Amino acid sequence: MALDKITRVAGRAVHVPGNDIDTDRIIPARFMKCVTFDGLGAYLFYDMRKNADGSEKPHPLNDPRFKGATVLLSGMNFGCGSSREHAPQALQKYGIRAVIAEGFAEIFYGNSTTLGMPCVTASRADIEQIAAAVAADPSVEVAIDLVNQKVSFGGKSVPCSLKDSARDALVNGRWDPIGELLEGAGQAAKIASHLRYMSA
Amino acid sequence: MPKTLFEKVWDAHTVRQLANGQTQLIVGTHLIHEVTSPQAFGMMRDLGLKVAMPHRTFATVDHIVPTDQVAEPYADPLADAMIKELRKSCQEFGITFFDRSTGKQGIVHIVGPEQGITQPGTTIACGDSHTSTHGAFGAIAFGIGTTQIRDVLATQTMALGRLKVRRIEVNGKLRPGVYAKDVILHIIAMLGVNGGTGFAYEYAGEVFDRFSMEERMTVCNMSIEGGARAGYVNPDETTFAYLKGRPYSPKGADWDAAVAGWKAVASDPGCTYDDIVNIDAASIAPTVTWGINPGQGLPITGSIPDPAKAGTDDERSSIEEALAYMKLKPGAPIKGTKIDVAFLGSCTNGRLSDFQEVAKFLKGRKVAPGIKAIAVPGSQAVGLICAELGIDKVFLDAGFEWRNAGCSMCLAMNPDKLVGDQLCASSSNRNFKGRQGSPTGRTILMSPIMVAAAAITGSVADAREVFGVSLN
Repeated sequence: MALDKITRVAGRAVHVPGNDIDTDRIIPARFMKCVTFDGLGAYLFYDMRKNADGSEKPHPLNDPRFKGATVLLSGMNFGCGSSREHAPQALQKYGIRAVIAEGFAEIFYGNSTTLGMPCVTASRADIEQIAAAVAADPSVEVAIDLVNQKVSFGGKSVPCSLKDSARDALVNGRWDPIGELLEGAGQAAKIASHLRYMSA
Repeated sequence: MPKTLFEKVWDAHTVRQLANGQTQLIVGTHLIHEVTSPQAFGMMRDLGLKVAMPHRTFATVDHIVPTDQVAEPYADPLADAMIKELRKSCQEFGITFFDRSTGKQGIVHIVGPEQGITQPGTTIACGDSHTSTHGAFGAIAFGIGTTQIRDVLATQTMALGRLKVRRIEVNGKLRPGVYAKDVILHIIAMLGVNGGTGFAYEYAGEVFDRFSMEERMTVCNMSIEGGARAGYVNPDETTFAYLKGRPYSPKGADWDAAVAGWKAVASDPGCTYDDIVNIDAASIAPTVTWGINPGQGLPITGSIPDPAKAGTDDERSSIEEALAYMKLKPGAPIKGTKIDVAFLGSCTNGRLSDFQEVAKFLKGRKVAPGIKAIAVPGSQAVGLICAELGIDKVFLDAGFEWRNAGCSMCLAMNPDKLVGDQLCASSSNRNFKGRQGSPTGRTILMSPIMVAAAAITGSVADAREVFGVSLN
């Protein structure tokens, strides 16, 4: 199972400002009553985007100028709360290919990386700069260079960073670890046989 | 070289280093439920994979089960499809399923300890962020995503980066009316909702030494609300006494050997921590939240924060956002805030001792008119013991609804939901926007006894006043 080497993600961006945006907000629990992840994109940020009667609230994702954006910009501790992979799945199914934020909650970060959706951190000032450029011209391309850890937009460039393990996994095309884990399964079984509580 | 429990358990379960620098870690015990596992089983089928160690995965059903209906099919066809899907997958892959018919069903984080599956020195993973609960036994327990559930099913291992360890010591004596829930709400308010990112929390000190297993579980449960992926307490005699004689606990000579191993796994004296935090138990008050994340908490005697008095722009905007959602007035006392619903249950506070403690004070009192109060045992076993002890009757007499086991109104993936902008006094773990099922529903987190006080008075109340000060 050859995976893409993800070295660069580029596209139009959308800014969803705020700190501590939790995974219940990204995908409300009632949409998790499903046995596949298909179709979750329609419910991304649902209660932030829709009123009870289904009409739209003002929200960056409802703004026609940002339709088709593939890079999401946000604040601190993005993806906190529930471990639901439904959150990064909903983002990905909606069309988001990467998230730039001031910080991420750990489980969300790992879940996203495993789906090949890079999460990179940047300073607030730099994210505001990118957001300002996008607000001024929504067609501006925001390009994340994972190899050199920088974000380019409208002729400017700012630094970004990601965990070494995530960067390695993404740029070398091993972000889904199942192949490697299966290779080590025999060795794991041997070690497990010495762990008393794991014996059958 | 002295080591922490975390280091010992991690090292004992390490298979190898992966190419990206993460560790391939053995997951000794895997717990699954109906919401986050079906897609993982789908991936297994798509890839033609077998479950590596079916005897090390245990399933139950909790999130979607109606608490007022036992018979299938469930009224909600989506929920009905999910329980049937889990049943089918467990059969197909040879996994033990604590289905409702077994009498052992319940919230996954209550069932594991209850059955003696959760043991010291082990690694545990579950597709649920509150898996940190199991750390109360001196296990290293992680919440994981669905793709990782597939990894664990297929290999009994997962890829993970090593965590740092922060020791949080709470010494001294808790004041009367202050409970384990207050301790963890206090810790999260103090260190922040992302203060624990990159850390496992080791809870220690005199307060934890004295805590029962159920109290330790309440604290470890909410580690993730402070950003810490895992939280644990070193195992001791309290731990061993809890585990003795449980269905999956070691028996006979195996028991003695296991206890020796469990003793050895505790953090060594003189080991090094990446950070240490000290808290004076007497400084902890009955704590309630006022905002939209579990870190936005204050003592019950406190006032709702005023954005005008915020120290930073960030703080101001977060207070403004929270108060706009919660419809609370800046500067007003939190005490006296009218509630609509009182919810007692969840993986945080749905255990026997939670209901036992509340029942002591609830006897002879009535839920305030117009308040919907529901009590939901965390497992069938908890429900059964409560019935044997007559605790269910105390709740029913007081005007609570007494339900069947499940996650219920903690996350509202079942019929138990807030309606409109109802405000709920809740013993659960999250006060996020929309968390309890209504996109405008509001949650105030608190201890079970405070939920009872709120139910009786119809507003957020100081349980010490409602029930008399000498609570303990």
